[in-house]
Amino acid sequence: MTNKKMYLFIIIGFLAIGLQTTHSAKPVNAFTEQVIQHGAVGEDVIELQARLQYLGFYNGDIDGVFGWSTYWALRNFQYEFGIEIDGLAGSETKEKLAAASEFNREFVKNQIRQGNDFTHYGGVDNEKQSESSPDNNNDANNNNANNNNNNTANDNADDNAGAEATAVNVPQGYSQNDIQLMANAVNGEARGEPYVGQVAVAAVILNRVESSTFPNSVSGVIFEPRAFTAVADGQIWLTPDETSREAVLDAINGWDPSGNAQYYFNPNTATSDWIWSRPQIKKIGKHIFAK
Amino acid sequence: MLRWILIGVLTLGIAGVGFWGYQEHQEKNAVLIQAENNYQRAFHELSYHMDLLHDKIGTALAMNSKERLSPQMVEIWRLTSEAISDVGQLPLSLMPFNKTEEFLANIGDFTYQTSVRDLQEEPLNDKEVNTLQNLYEQSGELKDELRQVQHTVLDENLRWMDVQLALATQDEQSDNTIVDGFETVEKKVKGYAESNTDSALTGTSSEEHEYQNLTGETINQEEAVKRGQELFNVENANNLNVTESGKGADVPIYSISYQNGNKNGYLDITKQGGHPLTLLVNRDVQEQGISLNEGLEKAKDYLEQYNFEDMDVFTSNQFDNVGVYSFLYNQDDVRIYSDAIELKVALDDGELLGLTARNYFMNHKERDIPEPELSIEEAKEEVNPEVQINEEHMAVIDNDIGEEVFVYEFLGVLDNETYRIFINAMDGTEEKVEKLDGTEINYASIS
Repeated sequence: MTNKKMYLFIIIGFLAIGLQTTHSAKPVNAFTEQVIQHGAVGEDVIELQARLQYLGFYNGDIDGVFGWSTYWALRNFQYEFGIEIDGLAGSETKEKLAAASEFNREFVKNQIRQGNDFTHYGGVDNEKQSESSPDNNNDANNNNANNNNNNTANDNADDNAGAEATAVNVPQGYSQNDIQLMANAVNGEARGEPYVGQVAVAAVILNRVESSTFPNSVSGVIFEPRAFTAVADGQIWLTPDETSREAVLDAINGWDPSGNAQYYFNPNTATSDWIWSRPQIKKIGKHIFAK
Repeated sequence: MLRWILIGVLTLGIAGVGFWGYQEHQEKNAVLIQAENNYQRAFHELSYHMDLLHDKIGTALAMNSKERLSPQMVEIWRLTSEAISDVGQLPLSLMPFNKTEEFLANIGDFTYQTSVRDLQEEPLNDKEVNTLQNLYEQSGELKDELRQVQHTVLDENLRWMDVQLALATQDEQSDNTIVDGFETVEKKVKGYAESNTDSALTGTSSEEHEYQNLTGETINQEEAVKRGQELFNVENANNLNVTESGKGADVPIYSISYQNGNKNGYLDITKQGGHPLTLLVNRDVQEQGISLNEGLEKAKDYLEQYNFEDMDVFTSNQFDNVGVYSFLYNQDDVRIYSDAIELKVALDDGELLGLTARNYFMNHKERDIPEPELSIEEAKEEVNPEVQINEEHMAVIDNDIGEEVFVYEFLGVLDNETYRIFINAMDGTEEKVEKLDGTEINYASIS
């Protein structure tokens, strides 16, 4: 009994220490410890963009995604302040940036939460820098809920003060909608298959886009008549789960477990003799992948 | 007796009619889905083509050489005609969509006229560059509107057949996002009409050929299992499942997989030498514990561990709590785009979640890299003077006809957009111009 209580106290003790360090560390150091680099997402990036904008280096939206315009702004800052120009926000860069600029955390977070158009330039009244869009303001709470579901941002931040990034990384040349459409197709064709099986199906779609004998766009390949059974019987319109979206992202980012296949079929249900004549590469789950 | 026969015949009759009715119903559904699919295809292709059109016009603005500009204009012209045909397939006969078609036709006319004339003799004048700039901005707004409608369509599972119905019945109350969305698009285009009367990683080899970089002895199944254990970092060999590839495979491989609770892994290694081509580990990734930058250090460690040497990081991106990194082979400070490796690192504990080295093993070799004929200053003169060059590299890329060429690579900015420009280091040809994006508004957070 007493042992159990002891453990409980120890655990509470640890929790309290953990909470304290995360809470007290923040206001002192402007940023968290991490080195921020191209492609990063989250609160540190919001702060980086806001501070760079305060000094006039960054003119884009403060959206929490470290893209090309943030990269150039950071390099310009490093150039002007005589720091090694590497496009990475390391400790020296962060210190100099924090010393030279101010960051109105509350203002920025509120703006992001309310979905307003806003800027964060130094020496300008905050009221003049915010322009609330009427249709966004009404469902500010909705936004929050949505944001939390889709969190692309760093979850380390304490929840009550957290502001999520309002943009996302997408692979070069693809939109979230293309990814969504492919996820629908993959879900319709291969749900219940192992994860690699789903990546392989997504890879087949992309291999077909690249091939000269198939249409040249993702939607063209997916909706080509008689190409996919899930499209023909309407299963493509089932809501896909998160796994199919991840599988699609992997395939777009270059993974191809199908071994460069252009066809696949389920040997138990395949009715065409022709498909059996294709040179087979491998079998993943229920599907045989072929050239 | 007669009664029973009558009952029997009638029951059969009813069953028959029921069956026939059911079949008719099935057929009607199949036809409906077919029609719906055609509409969906036209719509998704339209937004894709608009997106592409916007990119291509932007690229044309950043281009300098006349040799590249003509083909680019032809490409835009081709895309325009595809987009027009997409619009034509949409069931929008009942609503005015002619302004959008007109806008597309404007782009088409402009690019046709400029592409058929000899741009070498008669380059674009300032007015034409201005027109192109206008078209670029407008196509950008249109693209955003269409992507927004597309997001709603996908998110709420909207059906075109319902739109048709809504349009036919003129039901004002019904919330019809597609129609509303298209009306906004149409309004946007109307605003311009008068002022304007006048892959993923590129450069990598898409050519399929023999694997050039497979060294070592052929391994047997037991050795494959051993290799799998090393790569997956699992103790028990009994959990691993090994299969051999069929005769359709590009190169003979062993596929090794394992399942451990919610975690599963999959690996392709070549029979010759046991080189890993694809590795994927799937599990739930917990809250972020390390930064993208620390993930990169981990990725570098993994590369070293698997004996990939002289690999330089090329891109890094965070998707949810996973870091995705691509690396290019670096031969004497020249980066070789075809020899690419991608890695995926979990940002909770830094575990390797994926590796793909297909391109590397297919293309990698030590290349003879000549001395460049052009100095870097001479190469910069070949770049559009409007572009502000911020970064420069030497590289070997695959050009449009699939040959490897030695180039200067410039990263530059024009009107807040970043472009990657490749200038041939031997003869100064503008080999490729590419608009870099890679981030997008999170539609789910603003709708």
